[in-house]
Amino acid sequence: MIKFENVTKNYDTNVGLEDVSINIDKGNFVFLVGPSGAGKSTFIRLILKELEPDKGNICINGMQVNTLPNRLIPQLRRSIGIVFQDFRLLPNKTVFENVAFAMEITHQSARNIRRQVPQVLSLVGISNKANMYPNQLAGGEQQRVAIARALVNNPTVLIADEPTGNLDPDNSWEIMRLLEQINIRGTTVLMVTHAKDIVDKMNKRVIAIENGRIVRDEYGDYGYKEEDARLHTGDYIGGGYRKYVK
Amino acid sequence: MLNSLKYTIKEAFMQVFRNAAMSIASIFSITAMLLILGIFFTITVNISLAIENVKDDFDTVSIHLLDETTYESASTMILQLEGMSEVEDVHYLDKDVALEQWTNDKFADNADIFDGLAKNPLPNSIEITVTELESAEKVAEVAKTFDGIEKINYYKESVDKLLKITESLRTGMMITMGFLVLISILVVSNTIKLTVFARHKEIEIMKYVGATNWFIRGPFLTEGIIIGIISALLSSGIVTLIYSRVVKAFSMDVSWLLDTGPVPVGFMTFNLAWIFLALGISIGACGSIVSMRRFLDT
Repeated sequence: MIKFENVTKNYDTNVGLEDVSINIDKGNFVFLVGPSGAGKSTFIRLILKELEPDKGNICINGMQVNTLPNRLIPQLRRSIGIVFQDFRLLPNKTVFENVAFAMEITHQSARNIRRQVPQVLSLVGISNKANMYPNQLAGGEQQRVAIARALVNNPTVLIADEPTGNLDPDNSWEIMRLLEQINIRGTTVLMVTHAKDIVDKMNKRVIAIENGRIVRDEYGDYGYKEEDARLHTGDYIGGGYRKYVK
Repeated sequence: MLNSLKYTIKEAFMQVFRNAAMSIASIFSITAMLLILGIFFTITVNISLAIENVKDDFDTVSIHLLDETTYESASTMILQLEGMSEVEDVHYLDKDVALEQWTNDKFADNADIFDGLAKNPLPNSIEITVTELESAEKVAEVAKTFDGIEKINYYKESVDKLLKITESLRTGMMITMGFLVLISILVVSNTIKLTVFARHKEIEIMKYVGATNWFIRGPFLTEGIIIGIISALLSSGIVTLIYSRVVKAFSMDVSWLLDTGPVPVGFMTFNLAWIFLALGISIGACGSIVSMRRFLDT
């Protein structure tokens, strides 16, 4: 459950988000769309408490994020599964260990880990690559591992930041089917994307942000023309997101 | 808790092996620093020991008595001296015994030079051994107040000089050791900083997934400690090897220079190993904590 109440966030003179109110209920599947610099990544970084809002309330999974003490940030992030465009797997760990890591940080026993990790790996269809390292996998496979890692602690919310941005159409659709399946199991999915064809075909709730304001929030298609959509991409290419990380 | 401890140790060993190049670089730099420290340390300890031995030769005060002083009055002096805490041993040396010692020991080869003496030129004396070189002066002061003494002999100038040399040697060694430790911490924290920098992306990812700072720090810290221990063992081994060779060479060629010879190999290396372990572990741990700080300040 994600709830924004009149949230404003400014960077010096630039507008990040301007008086945004959103309510995403449990079990929703939501696309977040909009041009580069519209405020999509600000939105996600506020959810993860990477940024503090200037004004307003943010509530995630029942946690009041804007007043949450810093030492509880890990707790917050454990209740949210995150998938990135550039996968962000730990390069020195195998597929199994990457997924196990998300369980290890919650102090779970080796027995639990041995039981649960293979289940999640088979859910995303990558069981046979459990002992390989990320650099031995294709892009689509790496993204599956990332999804497995995001899911292994049974988060209530899964945030996917352009999960198909680095993938070819076939792999993109595989990932989308996987996300849909995860959503059907009850997990809220929030996906930032520029992939017009995907949004159009999926026919889910679409929230469009422009200049820090929500300009549209309804079920349906991508809402932008093909040419505009092409301009929107290039947003996070090359993992530009990383430069914001403290 | 136990699960995390298991994870931390397992993870640390894995990091050491999977980042073999960095681990080896760190081990080399810590070992090199410990070696320099160790060699310096063995030299220091040996010089100190030699100085202590030399001091032993100078820790006597001898009171020469006038010929008319009786044995009885000498006995009261001895009693008084025995009461002092600075005095280790006091005994009366009769002049005839002293002459005998001279003819038999000190000048054994030329004993005939004493043949022409009509009467024993030596005085009766009280020989005092002090507990510490530094207290010789105090004992001499007390002895001065006695009646019937001719003069008091002790190695005042030599003692002063020796004390001064020891003092400056000690401070010099302390300063040098301090510098060496500081340099080694700098070098090691730089090496570890490289390791951490190479993995700062990993640390970011771990934070995204919800790892606490201590959860991330733990394996790095343990890794530093493991590297410290390996380096300590390595450098202890190398120093033992070098030192035992040097001691062997000394005992064959130049042992006559020193009264008692160098510090025994076993004793020296046992103590050194503990020092190395303590230093290695703290250098490794401090290095990794210090170099991680920048990446964990959220």
